[in-house]
Amino acid sequence: MKDIYILGIESSCDETACAIVKNGKEVISNIVATQIDVHKQFGGVLPEVASRIHVENVSIVIEECLEKANMKIEDVDAIAFTQGPGLIGSLHVGVQAAKTLAWAFDKPLVPVHHIKGHILANELVGDIKYPVMALVVSGGHSELVYMSDANHSEIIGSTQDDAIGEAYDKVGRVLGLPYPGGPQIDRLAKEGEAIYTLPTPKTKGIYDLSFSGLKSGVLQFIDRRKRSGESYDPACLAASFQETALNLIVGKTILALNNYDVNQVVLAGGVAANSRLRQMMSEVMEPRKEELLIPPLWCCTDNGAMIACAGYYAFLYGTRATFDVSAKSYFPMD
Amino acid sequence: MEIIVRDLEETYELASQLANSITTPFLITMSGDLGAGKTTFTKGLAQGLGIKATITSPTFTILKSYEEKVVLHHIDAYRLEGIVQDLGFEEVFEEDAICVVEWFDFIEYALPKERLHIHITLEEENRKFNIEAFGSKYKKVLEEL
Repeated sequence: MKDIYILGIESSCDETACAIVKNGKEVISNIVATQIDVHKQFGGVLPEVASRIHVENVSIVIEECLEKANMKIEDVDAIAFTQGPGLIGSLHVGVQAAKTLAWAFDKPLVPVHHIKGHILANELVGDIKYPVMALVVSGGHSELVYMSDANHSEIIGSTQDDAIGEAYDKVGRVLGLPYPGGPQIDRLAKEGEAIYTLPTPKTKGIYDLSFSGLKSGVLQFIDRRKRSGESYDPACLAASFQETALNLIVGKTILALNNYDVNQVVLAGGVAANSRLRQMMSEVMEPRKEELLIPPLWCCTDNGAMIACAGYYAFLYGTRATFDVSAKSYFPMD
Repeated sequence: MEIIVRDLEETYELASQLANSITTPFLITMSGDLGAGKTTFTKGLAQGLGIKATITSPTFTILKSYEEKVVLHHIDAYRLEGIVQDLGFEEVFEEDAICVVEWFDFIEYALPKERLHIHITLEEENRKFNIEAFGSKYKKVLEEL
């Protein structure tokens, strides 16, 4: 069979990214423009959300991607892009770049759902064996997704308020930790024990998630200790927060596995890099029949390779966008 | 105006009362510490407006828009602290929609003068809502509340 090369463009939030993936499996080149170092330097958040900055970056990352791959745009079989969900102004830039390339070089245009990209990125490091249950956890998403195959998915549970990564970052800020708070809490929690009782989030839908009450619970805990003049151990508080948050998502995943017949559980999104989550998932999955697929860190965060990979499966399936396609900030999954 | 709210139900009640008296275009700016209940109040407001979608935190994507029988733009400027970027929010504020802006002080330069401002303070287990109106339309809404 002829090899298929897909160029994928991602610009749904902070990152402007472009990648070329061969046959949905092999990353030929993967370029991500991000400002994470600048974030650290400022000790806060400096998101690259302005469309203007994406505009400045998009041509550069596409050019660099082709250069690194030693390919010409004529050599790729299709252009895939993130259609949504995300920040509308940022999404538009990637959509427009993809449309322009597809039109100028007469290439098929393939729309990709951002979350599906995160899940299918697992194909770049292993083999997804459908049907699967995916736990998508990041700064902007917290979802349980059932996928019967690469083109059919259903979100069975999602956060009702904050995404888990957002709760990590905000609790990290309150504990005075550097940005991003997620890895910092993960590190600090190792030095403490989960000795403080924090509110366990409750939701209406059985697979739904919630982290806002837990975040407020941490703040109220600190506030109460301050008022009463009692001290607390930040490492133990980090551990207590982490155990409560992760117990919730691991518990909901197991609940879903008890009710859905799947071959695999796949982790996806930036929080999948959390060492305690990886450990907990490995432990609970050990006696079970379903296999656990955990992606390496590089493909957990937003990148173009995940879009090119998901774009490959959508391309084979025949999914195409016309030139009047537009970005969708709110974009339900099919 | 100062209102003390004791629990989630009372927050939702206050939000739906406000929802009943507002007409588009309408801008609400919100302030208060992390976990004060800004997004929770917005969830209540959306429910009062008859929006069916689940309102989730816009911190990561900065803007989430819900286009149902009314249009609600939910903005969170939390991640924009200390930076000035042209994010095109002016267009959003000009629309015939309801806009809620959390952490408004980080994008104050882009905000219209006339608006309703809500500041939430956590007071032990209660929440204190301080509501201020800027502009005649907003003053009228506040009087009705």
